[in-house]
Amino acid sequence: MSAPEFAAPVLAVSETESRTFSLILFGLFVALTLYITIWASRHNKTAADYYAGGRAFSPLQNGLAISGDYMSAASFLGIAGLFALSGYDGFLYSIGFLVAWLVALLLVAEMLRNSGRFTMADVLAFRMRQRPVRAAAGISTIVVSIFYLLAQMVGAGALVGLLLGVSGETAKILTIVVVGALMIFYVTVGGMKGTTWVQIVKAVMLMTGALIMTVWVLSKYGFNLSELLGDAAAKSGKGDAFLEPGLKYGATDLWSKLDLLSLGLALVLGTAGLPHILIRFYTVPNSRAARTSVNWAIGIIGFFYLMTLVIGFGAAALVGGSAIAAQDKGGNTAAPQLAEELGGGSGSTGGAIFLAVIAAVAFATILAVVAGLTLASSSSFAHDLFANVFRRGRATERDEVVTARYAALVIGAIAIVLSIFARGLNVAFLVALAFAIAASANLPTLLFSLFWKRFNTAGAVAGIYGGLVSAVGIVLLSPVAWGGKSDTIPKGNPDALFSADTVAPIPLSNPGLISIPVGFLCAYLGTVLSKERTDDEYAELEVRALTGKGAH
Amino acid sequence: MTTGSSESGHPDEGLDNAAYVRLRQSPEFERLRGAFRGFVFPMTAVFLAWYLLYVVLSAYARDFMGQKVVGEINVALVFGLLQFLSTFLIAWAYERYARRRLEPLAAAVTVGGGAAPAHGEEDGE
Repeated sequence: MSAPEFAAPVLAVSETESRTFSLILFGLFVALTLYITIWASRHNKTAADYYAGGRAFSPLQNGLAISGDYMSAASFLGIAGLFALSGYDGFLYSIGFLVAWLVALLLVAEMLRNSGRFTMADVLAFRMRQRPVRAAAGISTIVVSIFYLLAQMVGAGALVGLLLGVSGETAKILTIVVVGALMIFYVTVGGMKGTTWVQIVKAVMLMTGALIMTVWVLSKYGFNLSELLGDAAAKSGKGDAFLEPGLKYGATDLWSKLDLLSLGLALVLGTAGLPHILIRFYTVPNSRAARTSVNWAIGIIGFFYLMTLVIGFGAAALVGGSAIAAQDKGGNTAAPQLAEELGGGSGSTGGAIFLAVIAAVAFATILAVVAGLTLASSSSFAHDLFANVFRRGRATERDEVVTARYAALVIGAIAIVLSIFARGLNVAFLVALAFAIAASANLPTLLFSLFWKRFNTAGAVAGIYGGLVSAVGIVLLSPVAWGGKSDTIPKGNPDALFSADTVAPIPLSNPGLISIPVGFLCAYLGTVLSKERTDDEYAELEVRALTGKGAH
Repeated sequence: MTTGSSESGHPDEGLDNAAYVRLRQSPEFERLRGAFRGFVFPMTAVFLAWYLLYVVLSAYARDFMGQKVVGEINVALVFGLLQFLSTFLIAWAYERYARRRLEPLAAAVTVGGGAAPAHGEEDGE
């Protein structure tokens, strides 16, 4: 997500009461998840246990875990904040995130479950020469996951300090290290089984917290949505414009509108190419369970995003945009501030308690998502790069799992170090970039693999690298990196990575509009320029994908 | 679409590539693929077009989106809520279609061809 910005001054709720209660709740969540992880580790014997949780989760359990994997802190705090500060435009995000699940449901989930074993690359490389495709898919998986991971961990550093009312660089670094250490523990010890349970617990906490807030807000307006919206618009000082699209996105010139389309496209096509989401489909016994778990996830995630609408507008109406922006210019504290207000306001015991509850939910949310990302990248390193590229398919399962555990440790450590260095940067754009890479590099290759008979190794490799390079390249030439004032961005971007004065050569902040077609085009051209045919392999893939024959 | 929980002795485990190539040419499989693609391709086109219409209107037709329908509820909000509704409906319709139509067709794809043998039915649930 490009919207949430985490760097901000300290929240004014430094009452020791709230902080103590928050820490107790954090402690309880951590104790529970550590217990679950150790319990899960006793049942981890085979590679299928480690990578895919023994394929024994029920559709409802996996639906909850998918939701827990998907609804990041950016979803919860970021979208609520977008609604609170920019009004209607929060909806553009949440709708993209939800509709995207139809791509996963109709075109990907069941076929992936039937034809792959542990990673996204299993399906991409099924028909192809293993080493080049596994290498490309492994690199893309790790890049997408690490970008996403950095955004979450740097956000966590700023956020937990913010929610606990502690300031200073030491607190940020300490938070990043604690979050990183916990996520490494969940993944190395608990594998997929432990990680899945962490995500299930988180999803239940998040839905419960959001539901309490939603009902509470609505009850203040006699369960009349129109009254809530009217009050939010009035308090925002922007009137009806607050309830219409355009305050944040597509506000200025042609490029700004194209940027909105670009964002929408990346959101809707990115989800079905996110490796940490795709590997969740392997944790259920068969394709029917994969399909049903996606449907559970659609229900849970859809209901959740409807609640963020009420929470965000509730924060605008009851807390007020200026009070929220004073705490965090990105609006990430909108939901916690609303919780405090609902509980009785700043200084009251009720306010302190409910704030602590929502802060604990946010913390659980971050932990569950980073664990899922670490698992996806370490699995791909071990199963794709180590076993198939380096060892040319001659590694034993035991070696692979040992490697996966070390990879989780190393990737986790790298993420901690990078996050500490990046803690002063605005890295929220990395989530939008991860979605764009997933849509540009992974999705074209995945769809062509599953549906296009002529597709071959050269096409797969060209599609992955072409999509990856174009998405990253465009962002490096965009206003994210060069923040000079232009017609598209009249105020410029003072947080730009390279320069706040130079005008960006490409005015699009979201690369999808260009990089997604480039990904598809590269995959197509690579295919037709190569003589290789994979018809027989495709016959096997298609029969297995559609009937479940020979499925793992 | 049914699957075997394959780890132990699924009847189809160990099919060689030639067997899959033959299966792919069987009329049972062609029916399954036709039924699958006949649902998911048009449905994907419909929901993508419907979603892009929403995004394009949000970018370019802001006066239309800002019109009030009831109280403070405007066209943009109704349009957004309809996106939620259509997503839920498509998910439900696909689940129903898969259980009623695709799963029996998948079970009918067998090495011998013809009527569905025992394995296709037991591992469905």
